Amino acid sequence: MEKTAVFKNKLLPYLLLVPQLAITFVFFYWPALQAVWQSFLREDAFGLSSDFIGLENYQALFAQPEYYKAMGVTVVFSSLVAALSLTIALLFATQADKNLKAAPVFKMLMIWPYAVAPAVAGVLWLFMFHPTLGTLARPLRLLGFDWNPLLNGNHAMTLVVMAAVWKQISYNFLFFLAGLQSIPRSVLEAGAIDGAGPLRRFWTITFPLLSPTTFFLLVVNVVYVFFDTFGIIDAVTGGGPAGTTTTMVYKVYADGRLGGDLGSSAAQSVVLMVIVIALTAIQFRYVERKVQY
Amino acid sequence: MVEHRRWNDIVAYAILIFGVFIVAFPVYIAFIASTHDAATVVNGNMPLSPGGHAMENYYRAVFVGASRYSREPVGQMLLNSFITAAGIAIGKIFISILSAYAVVYFRFPFRKTAFWIIFVTLMLPVEVRIYPTYKVIADLHMLDTYAGLILPLIASATGTLLFRQFFMTIPDELLEASRIDGAGPFRFFKDTLLPLSVTTIAALFVIQFIYGWNQYLWPLLVTTQDSMQTIVTGIKKMLTTTDELAEWQLAMATAILAMVPPVAVVVFMQRLFVRGLVETEK
Repeated sequence: MEKTAVFKNKLLPYLLLVPQLAITFVFFYWPALQAVWQSFLREDAFGLSSDFIGLENYQALFAQPEYYKAMGVTVVFSSLVAALSLTIALLFATQADKNLKAAPVFKMLMIWPYAVAPAVAGVLWLFMFHPTLGTLARPLRLLGFDWNPLLNGNHAMTLVVMAAVWKQISYNFLFFLAGLQSIPRSVLEAGAIDGAGPLRRFWTITFPLLSPTTFFLLVVNVVYVFFDTFGIIDAVTGGGPAGTTTTMVYKVYADGRLGGDLGSSAAQSVVLMVIVIALTAIQFRYVERKVQY
Repeated sequence: MVEHRRWNDIVAYAILIFGVFIVAFPVYIAFIASTHDAATVVNGNMPLSPGGHAMENYYRAVFVGASRYSREPVGQMLLNSFITAAGIAIGKIFISILSAYAVVYFRFPFRKTAFWIIFVTLMLPVEVRIYPTYKVIADLHMLDTYAGLILPLIASATGTLLFRQFFMTIPDELLEASRIDGAGPFRFFKDTLLPLSVTTIAALFVIQFIYGWNQYLWPLLVTTQDSMQTIVTGIKKMLTTTDELAEWQLAMATAILAMVPPVAVVVFMQRLFVRGLVETEK
């Protein structure tokens, strides 16, 4: 839909666009292009000179066992966080959507973790499950469970997943609740008249009608796990122990910062960009078409 | 709901109370830890009720700083976080309301191109171009400055899209009417568009403020002096002291302080926040 009534100035629209375009070019396009360009270069140890080496950084990257490990970690981490936070949020949202007097209060009590920084969420969970001083680690040990996320990779993964899920429930809850409330009551009533019980109605009516929201959230959650959880991983495990919680984004940071390998770091950035663009494209192709708001 | 049975409500309440418990418990534990002394927290046997050291811990965290090695007091970090978050929110609103105005209310060559140039930035968060962006900031001598903390994070299209969507819903008659009154583009913007956009501006402010406050990776890279670090990056540094025990009770006090401003914003501005969030994500 386009406006029919518009202004006719020649220069003014460009002036209005200048601030945003300037910032976008300097801080978005220029660095993004630099990342692509740098991924084809090899810099010497002092950063004084660089050679064009074509795809060598990429070849080296894909020859690295650690890179496949980081990919695996990312896949496991993203699927666990997305699946758990979506399921739990949907459970809470369906309850809050019932005709309860206190529903608005619960809504407010559920959504505020959205405002907690991922890194802070990570620190909270690390404190609760810290092997020596954690309030919840003690009962685990009393039960004879040798809990130590600082040494055991599976424990570390469990901990970052819990923190990331905790942080993401509120966001998913909000969108599921909005989705549930947009389902017409008459459809559910028709189902009830036909004799379908609450569970049957959920699976045959509510869940299919909610699928656009679910798919949208799935994509958003995967992108969240990719990027926003950086703070959680850095605060809780620092990618360890032994790379068991090093996701692809964490590896870009670790290789560039600690390893000083900017070529490889840039190549990894480019691979990530391709993945994110693909995810966004999927979202637009399928979600925009199906969702009728 | 369709049928209204008592047990149904009881189950719903039970599940929701359990949900609120899960959501609140970690914060409760952090709060408890922030009220005990170091010895009680470190021995791993902390009680689940508040202790008597709250004043002392919060005072030390805010005004003195955690340990010998990370002495920067939280007061300064709070100020840095506040300036960064407000700067990101205001900066983004400023650039995006202008560009959305241009794209919606003017016809000019390359209008579509300009829109797409801005739109593409939605796809890539700062994390994927982190080192090149760092280099740009370093070359512009913006390390350890508020501008360096703020500018790269406002280079995205969320605000532009939100304002564009909103402007599209404003009836054309309003522009016609103010034209008849002899208003030019400036007066139409100031007297008609801006007052109508107040709720959208407020919603965007809430979301961007929280986004800015909670940034982690970017402030971590772009600030080298402790006096410029934000509170979210500061907490982690309190826990990574090398040769002495981390002061968890102060770190937890800091975590609580880091949570209060954004959570307060969400709780008090809930309606605006929800509206803005649901609209930007679409």
